[in-house]
Amino acid sequence: MAGTSLAAMGFGEAEAAVAAHVRPMKLANTTETRNTCPYCSVACGVIIYAKGDVRKGERADIVHIEGDADHPTNLGTLCPKGAALKDFVHAPTRLQYPMVRRPGSDKFERVSWDAALDRIARLMKDDRDANFLASNQEGTAVNRWTTTGMLAASATTNETAWCTFKVAKALGIVGFDNQARV
Amino acid sequence: MTNAWTDIKNTDLVVVMGGNAAEAHPCGFKWVTEAKAHRGARLIVVDPRYTRTASVADFYAPIRQGSDIAFLMGVIRWCMENDKVQWEYTKAFTNAAYIVKEGFGYQDGLFTGYDPEKRDYDRTSWDYEIDEDGYAVTDPTLQHPRCVWNLLKQHVDVYTPEMVERICGTPKEKFLKVAQMIGECSSPTKTMTSMYALGWTQHSHGAQNIRGMAMLQLILGNIGVRGGGMNALRGHSNIQGLTDLGLMSHLLTGYLNMPTEKETDFETYMKSRQFKPLRPGQTSYWQNYRKFMVSFQKAMWGDAATAGNDWAYDYIPKLDVPSYDVLRMFELMNDGRVNGYICQGFNPVLAFPNRGKIVAGLSKLKFLVTMDPLETETARFWENHGEFNDVDTKSIQTEVIQLPTTCFAEEEGSLTNSGRWLQWHWAAGTPPGEAQHDTWIMAQIFLRMRELYRKEGGAFPDPILNLSWEYHDPTEPEPEELAKEINGRALRDLTDPNDPSKVLVPAGKQVVNFSQLRDDGSTMSGCWIYSGCFNEAGNNMARRDNHDPDETGAYLGWTFAWPLNRRTLYNRASCDTQGRPWDPSRKLLEWDGAKWTGYDVPDIAPNAKPEEVGPFIMNQEGVSRLFARGMMRDGPFPAHMEPFESPVPNVFNPKMRGNPVARIFQNDVAQFGTSEEFPYAATSYRLTEHFHYWTKHNRVNAALQPEFFVELSEELAAEKGITPGGWVRVWSKRGSVKAKAVVTKRIRPLHCDGRVVHVIGIPLHWGFVGAAKKGFGPNSLSPFVGEANIETPGYKAFLVNIEPSTAPAGVVA
Repeated sequence: MAGTSLAAMGFGEAEAAVAAHVRPMKLANTTETRNTCPYCSVACGVIIYAKGDVRKGERADIVHIEGDADHPTNLGTLCPKGAALKDFVHAPTRLQYPMVRRPGSDKFERVSWDAALDRIARLMKDDRDANFLASNQEGTAVNRWTTTGMLAASATTNETAWCTFKVAKALGIVGFDNQARV
Repeated sequence: MTNAWTDIKNTDLVVVMGGNAAEAHPCGFKWVTEAKAHRGARLIVVDPRYTRTASVADFYAPIRQGSDIAFLMGVIRWCMENDKVQWEYTKAFTNAAYIVKEGFGYQDGLFTGYDPEKRDYDRTSWDYEIDEDGYAVTDPTLQHPRCVWNLLKQHVDVYTPEMVERICGTPKEKFLKVAQMIGECSSPTKTMTSMYALGWTQHSHGAQNIRGMAMLQLILGNIGVRGGGMNALRGHSNIQGLTDLGLMSHLLTGYLNMPTEKETDFETYMKSRQFKPLRPGQTSYWQNYRKFMVSFQKAMWGDAATAGNDWAYDYIPKLDVPSYDVLRMFELMNDGRVNGYICQGFNPVLAFPNRGKIVAGLSKLKFLVTMDPLETETARFWENHGEFNDVDTKSIQTEVIQLPTTCFAEEEGSLTNSGRWLQWHWAAGTPPGEAQHDTWIMAQIFLRMRELYRKEGGAFPDPILNLSWEYHDPTEPEPEELAKEINGRALRDLTDPNDPSKVLVPAGKQVVNFSQLRDDGSTMSGCWIYSGCFNEAGNNMARRDNHDPDETGAYLGWTFAWPLNRRTLYNRASCDTQGRPWDPSRKLLEWDGAKWTGYDVPDIAPNAKPEEVGPFIMNQEGVSRLFARGMMRDGPFPAHMEPFESPVPNVFNPKMRGNPVARIFQNDVAQFGTSEEFPYAATSYRLTEHFHYWTKHNRVNAALQPEFFVELSEELAAEKGITPGGWVRVWSKRGSVKAKAVVTKRIRPLHCDGRVVHVIGIPLHWGFVGAAKKGFGPNSLSPFVGEANIETPGYKAFLVNIEPSTAPAGVVA
């Protein structure tokens, strides 16, 4: 704007100089995505700005998160937690790789997904096969597995929850709860 | 919430008790500010601490934590005595007129039927008189001495303003001011809303706190109306969703229950769930239970669930105890009876009570799997952090596998907010490193286990081998596929029962909502209450029309609310018995002579005549319950109970400790402290700048409130020689923490039953991983006992001691 006004007054070179030193808007050329704040269940709408478009299969780096002004509940506002969401996404303590801590060890060691998942499936199956209770003393089918339990995450989506529910209940896990218990 | 966040703007009076919305739900609390600014609404806060919500309140009254029932029964008593009752509503829409069986009574803090050995009630006397047609007997004149109204009057009689002051420490004149302000809302054209949270749930008598307020709201006529309701301000972003979807030990989806081992077959299971109406012509909607249950079994096991095998009823585990809740699981862990545990986005080392017992339990596991986007104390429970986690690493034989997951910004799907809105969101970023979606991880675990069972056989493989898993990419079910499964579809052509030649839903198509579900195996639906979320019209959770005709706050075009896109539960009760709005300026619905019309989806059949069908359609009575019959373990009316660790004895029964029917494990009894050893009443809470243990990974929030502290009054600080900003040690029978002291006027000593009660406030956030300074949490101190009906651990009222101290080893003071 400053540059254009200067040009109108005949200062062409000055325009170029000013334009060169105006910082481009940070959110130019970013992809906007509608999302929901993951903290409390006011569930404020947020807009996430990323360099790159994950839906096109591109690498997308999140550069900014702000309140969604179209959202009826928060009307664009965010609290001190929601306003700092970007730092959660990029926290230095975000986990990147599967790790294992062996019995008695004082450290985590990196393992492959295949190794981690095969190990989990084996540990779970062995425990289930050894301790699954098919029937009680009266001979009634009870089909429960009490020796392995699971806590589900109440910040996951409903779709993740349904997927998790199916697996846990089909395995017969009865020690199954989520944060709603607390 | 019965209502929505955006509906709070319609209220005349906000009562925040058992919560602190300004700090814990700031953007939702904005609607309170709106109501104050534009409607002239007033705000009352009743809390042991002068919170930030209290700082903008029109009136603040202090209360001793854990004594809310006495306060609420006191308000009900005051309203009854002063004729502050919405009579037409109370008579028509509650069970005030229902006659209770002979033999029911209450004495010395206990209802009839108490067995101290079993710590349980025989609840048979807690019910209505039933006539020869099977209907409940009523006396609409409210003259019968055993009608609910008169029993309630008798029950609350003891909760005089003087008694409230004695138990709660609330000065009588402050209590009376609150009662008076609340009483004004008995007018049909004035409404009050209740906003509560964990300050009410986390007690051994938590459910009765909530019932107390619900009963008050009913006699004031404030349920089902705009600006009214019982509004539970839920914690995590999808804690409502995970409850609705039944990720709990005692639940299946949509509030269907897990069977017990006494229910040996499907018909026996169904027999106690027929829900026959208790009054003529009532809806009693749970009569449809079988349709939802069969459709659920079909969603789980598809073709393997048939009429011939009881819809695969054997595949569902049967419980031998009410629930394998988290407290029971950690008790079993400590007994060496649990070998494996999976923590998906959960940090029990900081979230569960009596941390010493939690860490001891995890140390006895063979394996622990964690799934989280962030480091957690739980994944590293074996790591020694000096005073902050003083464990013997070498001796801990637990194998820990830590799996990195994506976070909200990298995944797609719906979250259900406190107001039951299912809001869809989209992935925006690339996950870090090798982090994976939880759906991928769960699918991988399942597929690998299924493969092992196929190859090796093993214990009852049928429910695993037959689990319905029809996804485009079985290794990662897509969110839309899962959502469609939750909604449900026709498995065969669904024809019109009145005209079999007419196909209502062709095979393979989504059902429009749960009204199309059937009990003959021709439909499937993962969670009936969510049905309608993703039908042939598309993904209704992704709708973004934010128009709000006449600014009612309903936003029917915005996403999808369960059930059936209804925004205010019980909304039929917003009209009188003729179907006319109590308050025409706050119309939600009205009866136009043939059907219900208005701003919301009616919470009743659209053609149900107002004089005939009651608004509380989920209840067999068609009305709401001031008297809960035998449905609560600890009483049909709320009665004052002290916390297990209380600074004063129960005035009605000094020998009674805590909730008389709360489950206690023998090992924990020795770990309850007395007021002689631990004289101070502790409570816990979260700060505006923090969200549980997550935000300590985030430098902004870690810096905004950088250091673990406890709050205490100037009087107690003077008594104990504690200086502001100095180090203190706080300890209970179960653990000890060190903190900086915040000496504040926000907490004042209370005077209860002739004693001075000092309150100590303990915020939660800190641990030993993340960007924040190391610190402790209240769960190092809090007791291992749950709510009597639902086993929610109590974090809001327990006993501690305090003394001046020095910094933890290695910490620069």
